[in-house]
Amino acid sequence: MSPPPAPDPAIDVQNLHKSFAGFPVLTGINLKMMEGTTTVVLGASGSGKTVLMKHIMGLFKPDEGQVIVDGENVSTMSRQDLAVFRERMGMVFQSSALFDSMTVGDNVAFPLREHNSSGLSEKEILEKVKEKLAVVDLHDVEQKFPAELSGGMRKRVGLARAIIRDPKIVLYDEPTTGLDPLTTESVDEMIIHARERLSVTSVVISHDIGSAFHIADRIAVINEGRIVEEGTPEEVRNTKEPFTQHFLATWFGRT
Amino acid sequence: MAEQTAVAPKPRPNWLKPLERPLVVLGELSLFAGQSVMAIARRPYRVGLLMVQLEFMAYGSMFVVGLTGLFTGMVLALQTVYAFGLFNAQSLVGATVEISLARELAPIFTCIVLVARVGSAAATELGTMRVTEQIDALETMAVDPLNYLVVPRIVSAAVAAPLLTMLFNAIALFGAYGIAVWAKDLSPGTFLNRIQTLVEVKDITNGLGKASVIGFVVTMIACYRGYRAEGGARGVGIATTQAVVGGLVAIFAIDYIYTAISLSGPQQPGGGLGG
Repeated sequence: MSPPPAPDPAIDVQNLHKSFAGFPVLTGINLKMMEGTTTVVLGASGSGKTVLMKHIMGLFKPDEGQVIVDGENVSTMSRQDLAVFRERMGMVFQSSALFDSMTVGDNVAFPLREHNSSGLSEKEILEKVKEKLAVVDLHDVEQKFPAELSGGMRKRVGLARAIIRDPKIVLYDEPTTGLDPLTTESVDEMIIHARERLSVTSVVISHDIGSAFHIADRIAVINEGRIVEEGTPEEVRNTKEPFTQHFLATWFGRT
Repeated sequence: MAEQTAVAPKPRPNWLKPLERPLVVLGELSLFAGQSVMAIARRPYRVGLLMVQLEFMAYGSMFVVGLTGLFTGMVLALQTVYAFGLFNAQSLVGATVEISLARELAPIFTCIVLVARVGSAAATELGTMRVTEQIDALETMAVDPLNYLVVPRIVSAAVAAPLLTMLFNAIALFGAYGIAVWAKDLSPGTFLNRIQTLVEVKDITNGLGKASVIGFVVTMIACYRGYRAEGGARGVGIATTQAVVGGLVAIFAIDYIYTAISLSGPQQPGGGLGG
């Protein structure tokens, strides 16, 4: 009896290398992320987390290796193919990256209005905006401007905008950086809810260990451009890998 | 062994070093300009955004362009009346002022105002959007940032600059007329008649064409600087400074090239003084 074939991963990063101005940032990343799971990529600042994420979005081209998302090679896609591909992706930025010249409602509606392939009427768009804002537990904020919202609320609006086109994959870039503990908790809940309510594959880039162990199905620890440890939170917690031990000790205390 | 001793990259000659950075910038700018121009033809055509930019660039600059034009015309009349008075040629003041305005001063001063008002705004806005990841966000939502941000600005500048130049022309001529006729007691008939006989339509259209080209290029430079900004608030400040300085230099460089090209054809003096 051979074991059943493993399902294809939603995201498959293979031997990814990237340098900037001769300085190596990623030095051979290998990582698989399964459909419907939440993977947290955990690492210190400057470890190459964000660069990895931008490769998954197709914002950067790798020097070497490739990124396969949903069976398609992102690294070799043309501009047109990338545009179509990105419909299946949503990204929540560290700084939320909301357009400050637009209201919250217009921000969330933006991807729909830009790519209105299904010909939604303005009324349907507004309904959809309301529905997605409700998913992230926001109500009656459509007329506000991003500057009028708190950091946590802006993150929520950012997620609402990311999921407005019902993506299969949502990427979060340091969602809890710079937030107070209570807001961090609520952003964690937001990520868990999004996965439960929308059954999306989530990738979270973070250095927040507490948050990572709260939300992750799998954790990958990145150091100096390489994945040094990868597994369930339990496995990572009991690792023998020295960097991971050291990194986690800052949170769990030294043993 | 052979591999180790072989090809070390040739060091660049010393005289090239100071040229390296400007050449890199020029190369990047050319690429950016090429991509942006191609993006003009790409759908969707963003008429709404173009109108917003036109309102900001053209309508919003009317007051300051008008004011600059009024004073330029006035001072030009003063100087010309003085200088031409030295050899009793005051009758030519009107025509001289208007030719200077139409061919040179109106397009150049208008574009200087545009760089200060529009170039700085474009570099700051795009730079801020870059460092707060808003441009990345556009890309992740499959919206081409060149098409969305740069195209409306450069197209609008190419349209707004000649419109504003024409406004500058009109107001400056009014200012010149006021000074020459009311303050310096020149005969209004001579002032206007010589303009009619000596100034040709092509003097004005030449200036308008020049304004359009320069407006387009300086706004392109500003967008490029903003688009490539990095490193937070400081980076945005640097981008804005570079946009304004680069824009100013570009104005005079393009002015020379455009004028040299437009004057290189066969010249047929038009009206002349005869008759």
